[in-house]
Amino acid sequence: MTDATAAIEARGLGKRYGHRWALTDCTLTVPAGHVVGLVGPNGAGKTTLISLATGMLAPTTGTVEVLGARPTSGPRQLARVGYVAQETPTYAGLSVADHLRLGAHLNPRWDAGLARRRIEQLGMDLKQKAGNLSGGQRAQLALTLALAKRPELLILDEPIASLDPLARREFLQVLMDATAEQEFSVVMSSHQVADLERVGDYLIVLIDSRVQVAGEVDHLVATHHLLTGPRRDRAGLPANQQVITDSHTGRQSTFLVRSDEPIIDPAWTVSPVSLEDIVLGYMGHSSARSADIKMLGARR
Amino acid sequence: MIEFHLDSRSGVAPYQQLIRQVRHALRLGLLRAGDQLPTVKDVAGSLAVNPNTVLKAYRELEYEGLVAAKPGVGTFVTKTVSEASVAAHQRLSLELSAWIGRAQQAGLDLESIEALFQRAVRSAAREEAV
Repeated sequence: MTDATAAIEARGLGKRYGHRWALTDCTLTVPAGHVVGLVGPNGAGKTTLISLATGMLAPTTGTVEVLGARPTSGPRQLARVGYVAQETPTYAGLSVADHLRLGAHLNPRWDAGLARRRIEQLGMDLKQKAGNLSGGQRAQLALTLALAKRPELLILDEPIASLDPLARREFLQVLMDATAEQEFSVVMSSHQVADLERVGDYLIVLIDSRVQVAGEVDHLVATHHLLTGPRRDRAGLPANQQVITDSHTGRQSTFLVRSDEPIIDPAWTVSPVSLEDIVLGYMGHSSARSADIKMLGARR
Repeated sequence: MIEFHLDSRSGVAPYQQLIRQVRHALRLGLLRAGDQLPTVKDVAGSLAVNPNTVLKAYRELEYEGLVAAKPGVGTFVTKTVSEASVAAHQRLSLELSAWIGRAQQAGLDLESIEALFQRAVRSAAREEAV
């Protein structure tokens, strides 16, 4: 894994629209061979990062490489990357069959058999216009097109955000089935952290263009702990326990800490944390810090 | 063939849940030597779970000597939990029921009993880890 080419490698990547920076100085490595969840609050730069990685946008500063090449280096590169944009867009006036024909014409590695088989499994009518499909079916059609492209990397921008729970589950079932069969890398931005905990095996938390934490899901869950016990100051914790969040009442303290070593202090009740707790912890951590900065500014 | 399920609110990692379900089925005699486990692709597709998670669970079970992978065919149970341990299971289960009855007579509610039990299990797990 050490010398494997990264799925996405960004260095000092930035994008400015007029006076507003949508992404600033973003440096991150998305490893290949994983299903990577990209999470962060709205405006963190996730969609901008994805648009830069797919070559839909050109960077203002820095560089981005996808599977070891520039996103805009040519048709060969475009064929290697599947992309499902936000809201899983399809052409409302075209039928399902038209979409498959379009896919066959536009993609050199198109797998017509795979596309037909997936559409059959989904029970979709080839003659139906995409505009008349349900939200879940439309998302499935967009996913089928991306899968039939036979990509080495599949990038999905909030694919399940607008779907009901059943359609969401069905979408992820197809995605996982295809991942097991085709062995490509997946990068998926989402707010549904509970879903990412099942389908993802690697997580990146992006806040204000910065990577707050990145790592394999099992490792993140195993190294974050919730400590509750008698009131204690942040400074009273050992150096190998990085405090993500803390809250205190008159008698009790609660800490979310990251530590590679087991917590042995008997004063603490140690509870395991879910991936969602971890993500929310980092988001809270960063908003508390920016609030501190604002308060300092106000005092001056 | 067994069917897996995942509880997303249990706080137990998905691969651990799969391992536990296989062990559980073995103990209850639902799985016996020679039985095939569902393929990685089937589990991934039906549970909407990462295929690496399933692989990790199967590898762990293989390491424990409970199952063996036949390349290109599937993963098969290699060990049937012995009748003796199934019998021990029944006896212990009866003793535990009796203990719960005593705890209730002593005035504990079910939540307190569960807390006591969990604490004892955790401290045993900690000793095992040391």
